Amino acid sequence: MAEQFERFNDMEFFVDMQRCIGCHSCEMACAECETNGETSMIHIHYVDRAETIQTTVQVCMHCEDPICANVCPADAITKDEYGIVHTADTSKCIGCANCVIGCPFGVPQIPDQSAMLMMKCNMCYDRTSTGLKPMCATVCPSGALTFDTRENVAKKRPNSTPVNRFIFGKEIVNTKVNIMMPKGSKELKVF
Amino acid sequence: MAKLPVSADEIISVFGPHQHYPNKGTVRSNPQNPDALIKTHCCFCGLQCGIQLKVKDKKVVGFEPWNDFPFNEGRLCPKGVQRYMQDNHPDRLLSPYKRVEGKGFVPIEWDEAYDAVIKEIRRIQDQYGKNAFAMLSGVSLTNEKSYMVGKFARVALKTANLDYNGRLCMVSAGAGNKKAFGMDRSSNSWADLAHAEVILITGANVSECFPVLTHKIWEARDNGAKLIVIDPRQIPIARTADIHLPLRPGTDSALTNTMLKVLIDNNWLDNDFINNYTSGFEETAEAVKECTLEWGEAVTGIPKELIFKAAEMWGKAKTSFLMHARGIEHHSKGVQNVSSCINLVLATGRIGKPYCGYGTITGQGNGQGGREHGHKCDQLPGNRDIENPEHRKFVADIWGIKEEDMPRKGLSAYEIIEAINRGEIKGLLSICFNPLVSLPNNNNVRAALEKLEFYAGIDFFLSETLRHANIILAGSLQEEEEGTTTSAEGRVIRIRAVVDPPGKAKRDSEILMELARRLGEGDKFNYKNSEETFNELRVASKGSAADYYGITYERVEKNLGIFWPCPTEDHPGTPRLWEDRQFNTNDKKAHFNPTPYKKPTEEPDEEYPIVLTTGRVVSQYLSGSQTRRIGKLVDLYPEPLLEIHPNLAAEYGIEENDLIKVSTRRGSALFPANVVETIRQDTVFIPYHWGGVNSANQLTIDALDPVSKIPEFKVCACKIEKTGRKKGEHSKEFANQSRDIQY
Repeated sequence: MAEQFERFNDMEFFVDMQRCIGCHSCEMACAECETNGETSMIHIHYVDRAETIQTTVQVCMHCEDPICANVCPADAITKDEYGIVHTADTSKCIGCANCVIGCPFGVPQIPDQSAMLMMKCNMCYDRTSTGLKPMCATVCPSGALTFDTRENVAKKRPNSTPVNRFIFGKEIVNTKVNIMMPKGSKELKVF
Repeated sequence: MAKLPVSADEIISVFGPHQHYPNKGTVRSNPQNPDALIKTHCCFCGLQCGIQLKVKDKKVVGFEPWNDFPFNEGRLCPKGVQRYMQDNHPDRLLSPYKRVEGKGFVPIEWDEAYDAVIKEIRRIQDQYGKNAFAMLSGVSLTNEKSYMVGKFARVALKTANLDYNGRLCMVSAGAGNKKAFGMDRSSNSWADLAHAEVILITGANVSECFPVLTHKIWEARDNGAKLIVIDPRQIPIARTADIHLPLRPGTDSALTNTMLKVLIDNNWLDNDFINNYTSGFEETAEAVKECTLEWGEAVTGIPKELIFKAAEMWGKAKTSFLMHARGIEHHSKGVQNVSSCINLVLATGRIGKPYCGYGTITGQGNGQGGREHGHKCDQLPGNRDIENPEHRKFVADIWGIKEEDMPRKGLSAYEIIEAINRGEIKGLLSICFNPLVSLPNNNNVRAALEKLEFYAGIDFFLSETLRHANIILAGSLQEEEEGTTTSAEGRVIRIRAVVDPPGKAKRDSEILMELARRLGEGDKFNYKNSEETFNELRVASKGSAADYYGITYERVEKNLGIFWPCPTEDHPGTPRLWEDRQFNTNDKKAHFNPTPYKKPTEEPDEEYPIVLTTGRVVSQYLSGSQTRRIGKLVDLYPEPLLEIHPNLAAEYGIEENDLIKVSTRRGSALFPANVVETIRQDTVFIPYHWGGVNSANQLTIDALDPVSKIPEFKVCACKIEKTGRKKGEHSKEFANQSRDIQY
């Protein structure tokens, strides 16, 4: 495997919950980053430990039409030409938590209540802009997190289909990040 | 050496375990602009993932994934990610120490420490004989250090009683492999998983103990592989398996014997392979004649339909990979369990061919190389037999001693503890081994430590065991000395000296060489560097069943590892064994070994009605001496919990977080209940990484396999009682410390 990829636009992020082993490697690696203030921007949770060992992993889905940015009264959140929804601009963020409440995936957080600044994943902009994969998708030991081209994923994982269209009631959310679903799936209906 | 010099809490307040967290500006001084990124390997499990350590101002300040190392391609588990936090740790031993009654441990100079150790070795050996001074070692050590420990114990210390913590790890697998193949190595590299039609994992919590291997298994599943997992618990890799067989602990060979009978009854066999390349099939078939599906169901507790389905899946496949780990090996019949798995592989002839694999998953970082070349009580370098006259002569010549001066076979690890308790062994030197946490029935271990006349230990942290030491010699981390390890797949890889040992701490090999010099054998320990030690190891392994002769540092570096056997410098190495179907046995055939089912040593009865099994969690490693000091790893799973099924819990009126007294014939301890449906109803599980009052090994049984001498960690009988209390609000803040009083 080459150390660095060539074109960021060819690369996509894929999440496969069934492969998540709940090891928290992604969280720990994410929290190594100074850009995040050494706080993890990815989160692992048990679904219901009493019943199952299944865990879920939640990373920013980088929505096509990001609700967090739309509801931000300070215009602190922007989406760039590559489709990355950036974490709040600290000079603009007023810590109102609109984004925290508005995000259908529960991604943005205000980890430091005294600073009152929103933080979220920016897909390791410092790494991806220099041809390195995001940290979480590099270390993930099970392949639950993958950063690769769509063609490669189709070839390597023929039993699953990437889905990036999510239905929340009447709201349809299209995202840059894909969730691996059973083969042939077109969308994920949350409710 | 008697009781502790001061209270355990006073020792803990100085030496920890303290939880260490990354802090801006302290540990990681501007890690974004490191002075160097050094390619080396993780210090923990046998997968030996490649990793780059970030160095700034001669300190390890972080890590960076190493995407080009072929096995893990940058992947790391949380232990690997956090591993660098043991560097610059406040608990690090920065000088030698001596025990002072009433004061604890006082720093001393090296001369005083060496003098004290040598004086006591001489006194004890003069008074009680050479073998009254024992040595316990560990396979987190590199090949070079392992080799040096083996030579040091035999040549300088002149004792037969050297053994190692691999005794708790790979010895059952090693013995089973030697019986079947005449060689103790996984038969395949992980590359052969890719197109295996069926993968059978038994007794291996892959996703918690060997997390990065999970990806390889999924790659195979993407290519169409079916997955069978045998484990009493729904471990993460079992959750999505095609078949999960949740067997009753201790009945592994009953299950594999039943599966073998299904293969025979349905002729899902490779008769050509059996007839031409194996021996012992008829006796083995005879031994499973009575192992009907009904019998299998009655013994293992798994519905016969499910056993048949698994056997059919295995039997009809054209390619396959079977892997196991401690779950089947930690038994008083561990070797038999291993043989029964090998029988399934041999019966179908699926070995020595592409995508036809078999192997144990070595648990410890250098469990593979360490056991081949070093510190096993019955073995000399190159996996040679210490009782074989030719082997003795060969190695004695290389070491420059007379064959008759080479000590004979000594006692295994737990037997050394028993011999101390019997008063036969009076002195002990340890390196890289924490038996007070990791051995079973550890109240016996504590009694032994209290009985020793003298105990010295080489280590980088003050482990629970070292709290009992007279002299502590401050040694080195893996990243502080050059060397090699051998991964679980038999790949010899390069470990780098990334930084120097801090303070007055010394490299382990430097300590061993100085002790040897002061014991009057310095001329035999004159190594200028690790490469010289390795080159002597190569010669000592030449022509053996673990031949490293053709492996050089340069070749390892250039090829990112070389698989042994590698007899000459132009030999490419051997990722896949047995392609020529010429096995390393006397008759060149692979040997079936009959494995008539035997019950575990202790079965549930009226007094102790529940099965207790133990194991690991993803965030901790072995006895936790390293990982219980890393804050984020501790936070993930701070204290050992008692996993119990809701139906069993209901019988006792137990609810989540109730504090439960668990008792066995060895002792009792308190654990908070974790009520989960992911375990059998007749079994409870406790992870073993903690010491003191939180230690699961206060309860486990010290029954040993008669061949491998591995203890039966995986099954004993217990009873549980409600204490009427809930888990203490702050108990998780203390569990990592191994206190001797309950919070």
